[in-house]
Amino acid sequence: MAEKKVTKDDLFWTFIRSNFLLGSFNFERMQAIGFCVSMMPILKRLYEGDELKAALKRHLEFFNTQPFVAAAIMGIIGAMEEKKANGADISAATLSGVKVGLIGPLAGVGDPIFWGTVRPVLAALGAGIALTGSLLGPIIFFVGFNAIRLATHWYGVQYGYEKGTELVENIGGNQMHFLTEGSSVLGLFVMGALVAKWTTVNMPLVISEYDNAMGEHVVTTLQTILDSLMPGIVALLMTFACMKILKAGVNPLMVIVGLFALGIVGYAIGLFA
Amino acid sequence: MTMIMLFIVASIAGMASVVDEAQFHRPVIACTMTGAVLGDITTGIILGGTLEMMALGWMNVGAAMAPDAALASTVSTVLVIVGHQSIGAGIALAVPLAAAGQVLTIFVRTITVFFQHLADKYADEGNMRGIELCHVAGLLLQALRVAIPTCAIAAVAGTDVVNNALNSIPEVITRGLQVAGGFIVVVGYAMVINMMNAEKLMVYFFLGFLLAVFTDFNLIGFGAIGAICAYFHIKDMQTQIAIEEAAKTGGGSAVEGDDIDDSDLM
Repeated sequence: MAEKKVTKDDLFWTFIRSNFLLGSFNFERMQAIGFCVSMMPILKRLYEGDELKAALKRHLEFFNTQPFVAAAIMGIIGAMEEKKANGADISAATLSGVKVGLIGPLAGVGDPIFWGTVRPVLAALGAGIALTGSLLGPIIFFVGFNAIRLATHWYGVQYGYEKGTELVENIGGNQMHFLTEGSSVLGLFVMGALVAKWTTVNMPLVISEYDNAMGEHVVTTLQTILDSLMPGIVALLMTFACMKILKAGVNPLMVIVGLFALGIVGYAIGLFA
Repeated sequence: MTMIMLFIVASIAGMASVVDEAQFHRPVIACTMTGAVLGDITTGIILGGTLEMMALGWMNVGAAMAPDAALASTVSTVLVIVGHQSIGAGIALAVPLAAAGQVLTIFVRTITVFFQHLADKYADEGNMRGIELCHVAGLLLQALRVAIPTCAIAAVAGTDVVNNALNSIPEVITRGLQVAGGFIVVVGYAMVINMMNAEKLMVYFFLGFLLAVFTDFNLIGFGAIGAICAYFHIKDMQTQIAIEEAAKTGGGSAVEGDDIDDSDLM
């Protein structure tokens, strides 16, 4: 019997399909249908008849991770399925175990990198330019983010398939840890800059008003005092307050509504302008 | 014609909101596309930039769902452009819209449980086309849940009734909302920082803050400095690990030159 082999084409179509992983996200098994549909080009190549049915069923099991790094899981599982189809002793339970075992660690790497760093940083960059009305803003965000995203999908599937189970050991290793921490450093650094630069708080509340010796009219507002201490301090304090409130489990939209209320009341009593 | 284009753009945003891949649902893209369709792309871009800052931390992590940027973006752009509202009013309207959108997507994600079971049945039959259709059906429902409300609002926006209602909002509210628009972004920052959950790395946050307060670098400059910080941080971690290993094995030469691919950090 000829050895069954996944082709380059199959991996390419898995890569394409992996771009729609969350399409049918549901509360029962989350990304399950998407994972099964993404694996189809590979499964079709390896199995037929009852074996194919069993393979489809085992990939309709619960699945949920960060969608870009999921591509690597598809590659790894593809490699394992290939071995299984060629008679290797890999049970369905082993496959499920590897799959479910990778969900957590990979999400742990993917979430801080993509949602915590890459997207906020590029989005802030794009949004900053967009505020001037320039089309360059949306374009920078879109092209930049998608280049990184597609590369992750592409290399995820390829590398995952090539290395197969070897990669499973790497995921818990130092390299991934370095990558996660490094991106967190970058993300937090940029967030700090954003708090100072991209927030506008103006507190014109007059503290004192007098004519100085030279006959100049001097007005000291709350804002001038704060600026002489540390510009951006109010935004910083607001950020920390929000972090505390959010950690207590308050819905972010309620926090936003609360800040709107603060803005309206603050404007009405002359604290903000 | 505009209506058809709007329907398509809103559908794309709706689908993107669940797949979370190409980011067509992010305000800076969705508002721009909606603005382009409605004939005022510049307003769309500016509104998109403003909303994007506010929504910076809206993300789907694990099973938690973000407020819905898609519906918030398309409908608020329609109201600002067709309904002749200010950007500030658009931002204020975006918040309840994001909540409404979240309810709608929860609804759709519950309905798709039905497709999950249908897919099981097709798998038993070995019917791959059937499973694919279940996948696409879920995606289309997500498209409709944004496209239909957007087009419905577009149909009534600009009529006297809606304009009078929007214009009757007192000035203290609209000005207050604008003021809040200046610092509403802190919620987004707070969400991102909480998500990183790295208290021992907060020193880098303060470094970024201080540099931004006292210098005039732009964001690209901050990105570059942040990457350098990350580089040194990783080097430091490697040294630590090498020292620990050396201590464990009781000798051996220290720092191993572990080549980590720093280009990924940008």
